[in-house]
Formats: sequence, C-alpha cells, structure tokens
Amino acid sequence: MSTPVSLPASIPLSQRLAARGIDGLTLLVVPAALFILGLFVYPFLYGLWLSFQPKVGGTFANYAKFFADPFLYGTIATTLWLALPVTLLNIVLAVPIALRVRHLRRQRLLTTILVIPITLGTVLVAEGLLNYLGPQGWFSRSLIALGLISKPLALLHNYWGVFISLLLTGFPFTFLLTLSYLSGLDPALEQAAATLGAGSWQRFRHIILPLLLAGLAITFCLSFVQAFSVFPSAVLLGAPAGPTRVISIAAYQAAFEDYDYSMASAIAMIMAVVQLAIVAALLFARGLIYRGATSGGKG
Amino acid sequence: MTIHAANFTELKLERLSREFGNLNALRDVNLTIRQGEFIALLGPSGCGKSTTLNILAGLLPATGGGIWLDDKRIDRLRPEERGFGMVFQNYALFPHMSVEDNVGFGLLMRGMSKAERKKRVDEAITMVRLTGHGHKLPGQLSGGQQQRVAIARAIVVEPPLVLMDEPLSNLDAKLRLEMRAEIRRIHNMLGATTIYVTHDQEEALSLADRIVVLKDGVVRQVGTPDELFAHPAYLDVAEFMGFRNRLGGTVTAREGDRVTVALAAGGQMQGRPRGDINVGDTVIVTVRADDMKHAPDGEGFPAKVASSEFRGREFCAFGSAADGSDLAFQSHSPLVAGDQVQVGADPARVLVFPDRMQ
Repeated sequence: MSTPVSLPASIPLSQRLAARGIDGLTLLVVPAALFILGLFVYPFLYGLWLSFQPKVGGTFANYAKFFADPFLYGTIATTLWLALPVTLLNIVLAVPIALRVRHLRRQRLLTTILVIPITLGTVLVAEGLLNYLGPQGWFSRSLIALGLISKPLALLHNYWGVFISLLLTGFPFTFLLTLSYLSGLDPALEQAAATLGAGSWQRFRHIILPLLLAGLAITFCLSFVQAFSVFPSAVLLGAPAGPTRVISIAAYQAAFEDYDYSMASAIAMIMAVVQLAIVAALLFARGLIYRGATSGGKG
Repeated sequence: MTIHAANFTELKLERLSREFGNLNALRDVNLTIRQGEFIALLGPSGCGKSTTLNILAGLLPATGGGIWLDDKRIDRLRPEERGFGMVFQNYALFPHMSVEDNVGFGLLMRGMSKAERKKRVDEAITMVRLTGHGHKLPGQLSGGQQQRVAIARAIVVEPPLVLMDEPLSNLDAKLRLEMRAEIRRIHNMLGATTIYVTHDQEEALSLADRIVVLKDGVVRQVGTPDELFAHPAYLDVAEFMGFRNRLGGTVTAREGDRVTVALAAGGQMQGRPRGDINVGDTVIVTVRADDMKHAPDGEGFPAKVASSEFRGREFCAFGSAADGSDLAFQSHSPLVAGDQVQVGADPARVLVFPDRMQ
C-alpha cells in the first residue's frame, strides 16, 4: 500500500518560473518583443487583412485582378529577371575576391572602402551612375577614346542601368558575408589538402567550395531579398514603364497613384510570397548538402 | 607527382633559416636525416620546431638555406609537389568527407583508379585499426580515432617523409600513451622516415631514434635519447632533459672526470664537468630531482624543507638551499615544512656546467 507523498504545501511561483528559465532578466526581452510586434508583426497582419478588403469585389478580388492582368503579374518575372542574375553574379564575383582578400594584411582598409556604397544608399549611387554611365559620361567617353566603341553605350533607362546599380550596391554586402564565411574555414584544411597533392583548383573544388556552400546559400537568400525589393534604381536608372517595371513599382503605383491601399497590400503580400518561395527552395537545397563544422578536428 | 618512391638515402637541411620581420625564427639549421629514421624535434614553444616542420612541408617558405632530398633541391617546390605526409596538431580532417574519402584523398589527387584506391584505403584503415568506421564522418569519431584517420591519410600515399606536428597534444594522458606506441608501431611497419615535433621530452625520448633539441631557432644538440638523457651538452638542454635542481658555486678541485664545487649555498658537491672547466671557475651544478637525495649524515649541503609529497616508494620534497635556490629531492622518510636537512647526490649523476652569465 502506498501513501501519496505529501508535497510541500507550495513552491513559490518565482521558483517554479526560475526552474523553467524565466526570472527577472527575462523582462529584458520585452522592449525587443514590443518593437517587433509594433513595427513588424502588426503592420504585416494589418496589410494581410487590408489586402482582403478590396475596393470592389469579393475577398480575393485583388489577387484575382493581379493575376489576370499581365501588366501586373508580369512584374514578378521582371523583378526575378533582375534580382536572380544580379545575386548570382555577385556571389560568383565575391568568392574569388574573398579567397584572395582573406590573406591580405590590409583587409580592414579594403572592407572599409567596400562598406561605403552601403552607407551612401541606393539613391546617391544611382545619381552618380546617371552621370558616369550617361551618353556624355566618363565610361562611354573613355571607351570611345580608347577606340573600343564608336558611339556611347546605352546603359541608362533600360535593364542594364538597374542591373549595374544593383550589382554595385549589393556587392559589398555579398562580399562581406562571403568573406566572413570563408574566414571561418580552418586554414589547416587547405594546407592538409596541399600536402596530400591537391593543387589550388582541386583544393577549391574538393575542400573550400563544399564547406562554403551552406554559407553561400544563406548569402544568396539575404542578397536576393535585398535585390528583389529594388525600387529607387529601377525608377532612376531604369525604364519604370517597361523593361524594369519591377513589382515594387506596381505596389507604389497602386498605393500612391490609384490610392488603392488594399491592392497595394495585396501586391506586397505577393512580393513576400515570391521571396519566401525562393528562400525556402534554397534552404531546402541547403538541407541536402553538408553544413556541419568547418574545422577539421578537436581544436 | 614529383616524388614517386618512398625511397631516398638522405634528407639534408642546409643552413635553413626563417625570418619573420626582424625575428629569426630559425637560424642556420643543419641536419641530415637518413631513410627510416624517427627524428624528434624537441624544444619549448617558440623554439622554431613547428617552423622547421612547416618549411619541410612547404607550407612556409624558408628565407635562407636549402633542403635536399638526395640530389634534388626541394625547398622551392609547392607542398603539393613534395608529396610528404603531414599529421596536423588539430588533425585537419576534411569534415564533409567520410573516413574513407579522407584517407583516399591523397590517392584521388594522384589520379589512382577507384578499385586500387579502395584497396589501399582499406589497407590503411586496417593498419590504424579503424575497420568498420570507414563510412563515418570525422565529427562522429572520438579524438583518438580522428588521430588515427589523420595518420592513415598521411601514410596511405607512401610518402618519403611523414611529418607530425605535436599529434598527441590534444589527447588525454591515457590515450596519449596508447597512440605513442601506435605511432612507433606504424613507423616500424612502414619503414617510413618520420619527423615528429613535440615539446614533451618524455615523448621524444620514448619515440625517437634521434632527438634534435632546438632553442630560439638554433639547434642546441642532436643525439640519441640516451646520449641526451645522460650527457646533455648545454645547461638549457640539461634543463629540458629534467635536470631541475640548479646551484651556483666555484670549482675547488679537478681530478680527471670529477670536479669538486664549493656551493654558494654552503657545503660542497662533486660531479662530472661539461665543457672546459678549471679550478676557480664559477659554475652551475645540476641534478635531476630523482637523483638528489636526503642524506641524513652524508656529504652535501643544508636545505630547508617547504613541503613534501608521498610518491609511493618515496617522498618527494620541495625546499630551498641557503642561497635561495629552489630544490626538489627524494627522501625515504616523511619531512615536515621547516625541517633543516642535509641533501646530496651520487657524483656520477651530477653535471657541472660553466656559468655563462659570469
């Protein structure tokens, strides 16, 4: 026969909470949580709700309208056609440069120079490019002076203007992220591969690249999301009525030219879904590759 | 591949030097290594032993001198052209490759066929006693097992030279002893030539055919373990070989291979002279802690006990001489802090070095 063990009348609430990791310090999370709720969660949910309140028609009228009008749904392809190649090219450029830079002594100077375009912002960079790449700009004039071309290149107010601007503003971020992933690789791994007879290409192909891929997938996601929301350079350097009518322009026009906030919210939601789909696909692919430790043993 | 066979007659380091800025990490190192030898590079941290190993592997360029493998100068070759096997201190196993792929990597780089590769890899894995672990990733192995993979990876390509950089320093004491025997077994089995870097004199003494003692980038002494143990040529080598007790004094008599020294701490000791020592010279007398004894009524000098530990057969006492020199010595009876005792040592076990500071 067993008598139930009588527990102490009551364990104080504070002790029970502390056992679950909740104590006074937990309160420090509150400001950050409020910040996220107020500035991210609430606007997002509000936008979602708004997108289902169209000016005319049923709940899904905005979405139906978007996918019925090629002028609207075409912006998805236009934006992807800019953002995907730019991000890919940025990574393709960033990896070899980072491989070289990681052994440099003056790394800090270089990274400082590279951070400048980020701090200047896209508008200033766009203004600069308007002069530099224009028909009377240095770029075309230099090429003409060198005899490489006979008339100025059309690099503004078309696809290439936006492409170049996105490349310039996106590169520092992609590069710095790639460099930090690369610096996380144990240099002894490359040395070990070298002593085993691997030349520099083989070391890259068999050791560095496989260990870097997981990091590059994350870099791609973050760079892509940045490029996908392109707006100022698409307006200033592109052809916002045609080839570079990106999705954010469609949202802008709905909100501030048609004053249809509901439609604009719907476009913003579609934008989010496209980005999420690309990121999810990449992260799924990342799950298939090695993403464990990048050092070669117990350090 | 530039070097095919594991066979060579001798590896020669000639006036090998390395400068880092103004620092001479390595100065004029001359060394000849014969095929099949097990060489230990021994010295405290910063002595240049790892620098020597990295220069040999081709991971660090020398700033002076040369390396010759028989008639072939190799110090300008890139690491991938030298074909030496290297075992890194942190093992440097490729974390994304299975044990088999790690071991087979060098063979793959040499363009060996898959079937031949499999055969050699299996052989190497059996040799380091890791059968059954071939499909695991390095992260799934214990430290000792990772160490074995690193060794298998280095030896499977049949390198003329195996370089090991403190390979046991990340293992616990028991595993270290086990792997020590293992490394020597594999060396004997392969007939490989091994250069082994360590700061642990016990490891060097037990493993090596010859030991190279380095200090401040200079070779201090080269010799077999028993030579170095019994006849260290310099005071710093002696200290590294465990001659911990050091006492200052002046030579009062010399008869053949025996000098008598009047100690600064009072009393006197007899010992074997190392180097040119004459009556009247200021000298330093050194003795191992194991050879310094508490001698209740014998010859020697007075010492004051600070503490003593029971070591099974004997007590090991710590204290100081009258001039303040630290002492460690053996005693058959327990001693108490504050005891005034007489200590001395068998003259055959005492080394007397000239005092260079004078």
